[in-house]
Amino acid sequence: MSRTIETTSRRGWLALALIAALPTSLATGLASPARSADGILVGLVTKTEVNPYFVSLRRAAEAEARARGVRLIARAGKFDGDNEGQVAAIETLISAGARGILITPNNSTGPLGAIAKARKAGIVVIALDTATDPADAVDATYATDNFQAGVKQGRYARHALGSKAPHLAMLDGTPGGTVDTFRHNGFLQGFGIKEGDPAVAGKQITNGAQDKGQTGMENLLSAHPDINVVYTINEPAAEGAYAALRAAGREHDVVLTSIDGGCLGVKYVKRGAIAATVMQFPAKMAKAGVDAVVDFAKGGSKPSGLHDTGSATITDHPFPGLDQHDTAWGLTKCWG
Amino acid sequence: MLGVGEATSTVATPRTGVGTRLLRQLALNPVAGSLFTLLLFCAIFSATTHTFLTPNNLSLIVQQSVIVGALAVGETLVILSAGIDLANGAICVLGTIVAGKLVDAGYPALPCLLAAVALCTAVGAVAGLLVSRLRLPPFIVTLGLLGIVTAATRLISQGGAFPVMDDLLAWSGNSLRIGSAPITYGTIILAGLYLLVWYMLTQTAWGTQVYALGNNPEAARLVGIPVRRRLLSIYSLAALIYGVAAWLALGRIPNADPNALQTANLDSITAVVIGGTSLFGGRGSLFGTLIGTLIVGVLRNGLTLEGIDPLWQDLVTGILVIAAVALDQLTRRRRT
Amino acid sequence: MSDLPVLEARGITKSYGHVAVLHGVDFEVRAGEVMAIVGDNGAGKSTMIKTLCGAVQPDAGEILLDGAPVRFATPLDARASGIETVYQDLAVAPALDIASNLFLGRELRRAGPLGRVFRMLDKPRMRAEAQRHMDELRFRLPAITNAVEALSGGQRQGVAVARAAAFARRLVIMDEPTAALGVRETGQVLDLIRSVRDRGLAIVLISHNMPNVFEVADRIHVMRLGRRVMLTSPKQSSMADIVGLMTGAIPAHAGASQPEEARP
Repeated sequence: MSRTIETTSRRGWLALALIAALPTSLATGLASPARSADGILVGLVTKTEVNPYFVSLRRAAEAEARARGVRLIARAGKFDGDNEGQVAAIETLISAGARGILITPNNSTGPLGAIAKARKAGIVVIALDTATDPADAVDATYATDNFQAGVKQGRYARHALGSKAPHLAMLDGTPGGTVDTFRHNGFLQGFGIKEGDPAVAGKQITNGAQDKGQTGMENLLSAHPDINVVYTINEPAAEGAYAALRAAGREHDVVLTSIDGGCLGVKYVKRGAIAATVMQFPAKMAKAGVDAVVDFAKGGSKPSGLHDTGSATITDHPFPGLDQHDTAWGLTKCWG
Repeated sequence: MLGVGEATSTVATPRTGVGTRLLRQLALNPVAGSLFTLLLFCAIFSATTHTFLTPNNLSLIVQQSVIVGALAVGETLVILSAGIDLANGAICVLGTIVAGKLVDAGYPALPCLLAAVALCTAVGAVAGLLVSRLRLPPFIVTLGLLGIVTAATRLISQGGAFPVMDDLLAWSGNSLRIGSAPITYGTIILAGLYLLVWYMLTQTAWGTQVYALGNNPEAARLVGIPVRRRLLSIYSLAALIYGVAAWLALGRIPNADPNALQTANLDSITAVVIGGTSLFGGRGSLFGTLIGTLIVGVLRNGLTLEGIDPLWQDLVTGILVIAAVALDQLTRRRRT
Repeated sequence: MSDLPVLEARGITKSYGHVAVLHGVDFEVRAGEVMAIVGDNGAGKSTMIKTLCGAVQPDAGEILLDGAPVRFATPLDARASGIETVYQDLAVAPALDIASNLFLGRELRRAGPLGRVFRMLDKPRMRAEAQRHMDELRFRLPAITNAVEALSGGQRQGVAVARAAAFARRLVIMDEPTAALGVRETGQVLDLIRSVRDRGLAIVLISHNMPNVFEVADRIHVMRLGRRVMLTSPKQSSMADIVGLMTGAIPAHAGASQPEEARP
């Protein structure tokens, strides 16, 4: 009996010792990123770590920070909508002494309190990719004008459809999302119709995910076999929609358009699965954000205002009169 | 000391020196292990950063732990009864949305808040009835409720997040200063919540019976404890606490977001388990849960200050969870 | 010891569907005696004591408590009448301490507003009373604040028996209290049963273990196929006789003696 106590408690201690050893090795073994001589710290808070878009954005920010010789700490929410995680990250970056914080807000009002706290502490706050509401809650914003990007997508779809009467399927992202709304409304304007137009055969929520894009498209196709043009919120949703169209034997006579500009998406365009996609440039946002913070910290002027980092239509079937690039160009500029 | 209470055992220790006895006590008492881990993390972060051990930063860690800390109180009650609650984050979000929508509709804030808390409690009562009357497994009941409540929340909110401007709803985010450290009212409310539930668990017959029915439900029934009524009260009280957590969440981020707190259920279970409470029920303490919550908070804050990749936090937390459960298994095995 | 039975059952009959389990069984137990119920598996022992403690309602027959007819709708009714049961599968919460287990479901609260309004437990008093009960029963245990899981099997059973003895005013029913115990621990529990009897309580003991029964029982109620085949005592019958009756090797009428002759 007493021997079994001995061995089990010894094993218990081994477990405790392991726990104890871990953070020590973390703190010492993995030396933290190089600290710069002039001690400028830039914080980056993205939406999630799992989305390749934000990973590209982070990589570009890290590269620019290295190039400018400053230290960058990158954090992310755990999931789309993790306001608490973003707020905690901002607060901790204030504690850590950041000179500027770049944030892609999870929703346009969630982190406002923490942003105000940071600005009160003299920190430059710049929104990347997604604007806050109100937009002047941050010092400056570097983002895609998603409405304009949507307009480009809509225009291309209208041209590709030609003279046929439109029967439009809309595969939206998350209802109520800022970006979703801009892209959706931009598309309608570019396509030349208004919300509620009978040309809209149906809408589905995909959360920007491939599987939901597929089921959404399947359901819309069985309800409305005459669908001939498709709006998708991003390329994974488009890929799902393509699978549904091909299963129904409709992949050649339906115009499938998307938006975002991920490298995978450009490859879909190259393969012919997607007719066209509208690319945005997260690396540009990250670079501009880091530069703005560093310039300010070195005595330059404080960044301000809204800056559109642009978008470009990628297709291998161009139409005259539209600003377009082919997939070869796209593959050199894409993210992910 | 707060909370080790009746459920932890002092095991007879045959003929050993003071040192080994102390070590053995530590190994056999999971809360001591958690406390040790917490202090160790604090020591490491204090030594390797100059920003960790400041009143402001410590206050921050507590503020960042308030929501999960509150949800973990309810989760502790449910887990002590040998159940599990997957719906706590969803119920909390429902509370924020309902309170926010009602206030937006122009009703006075206090009744709106009370109605939201009452609704949360009612959802918990439903869970309690399903578990106690129909004898459905708590995992299944709360998994189902997670889906139902999340869907209901999105239906009520129409999918979108919205800011909550009301002073009373956001009141718990205000703070008073003790020395140079700001203490939010939310922190004080949370402390009160821990004290109250600690008292109920350790100083009342209700608490003893909660431990007993989690430890050996058949024995609890045979000695005449009204097991079904106790289960109903456990789930209802837990959900009432989730309602209070909704209020605390609005104080922390004055924004009602149907997509928020998606991982709060697992986060709170993590805090409870790291705090040494057994998933098999009947063993553990609220003090341990407090320590577990703080461990997660300290880890998140400290690793950010160090500039270490946030994924390490998940990795370390995962190891802690497994270590804590392994310790529980080892001690359980030698006890029975 | 009084001659009037504390608890008496007359003509208890119970069937589950078409299966008759008890056929008009009579039973009695007096204060200060240990009445053993023995019988093979399926003889109806369990159903018999479940009837006595209110867990099962008989189809026919009556139960008299101190000579007055009673009906126990639930085990709680029986408990309210001073009848406590020690269950075979140890009804203790191992993680709780001895005092908490002793008072489980009957916790003591502080006097005054602390207890009335704040529902505060009186832990010192529960511990003191638990200790007093253990001392009275001459049952040795490590500190009363120890968790039950830190005890040996015999000591755990002791806690369950002590709880029943502490709250029983008339009768303690024990279902196989020594089934899972070793020799030394069984001895401890048998001593404890004698202590409880010596305090004037009636005890009904179900056991498969014939030597244990002969060691501690004052009278023995032998059952076979839902009937009482004999009421005897360790002084009147040998183990072999009783085992023969239980298994049917000895016909019921051959060894049967009248209850009147079976007084200890």
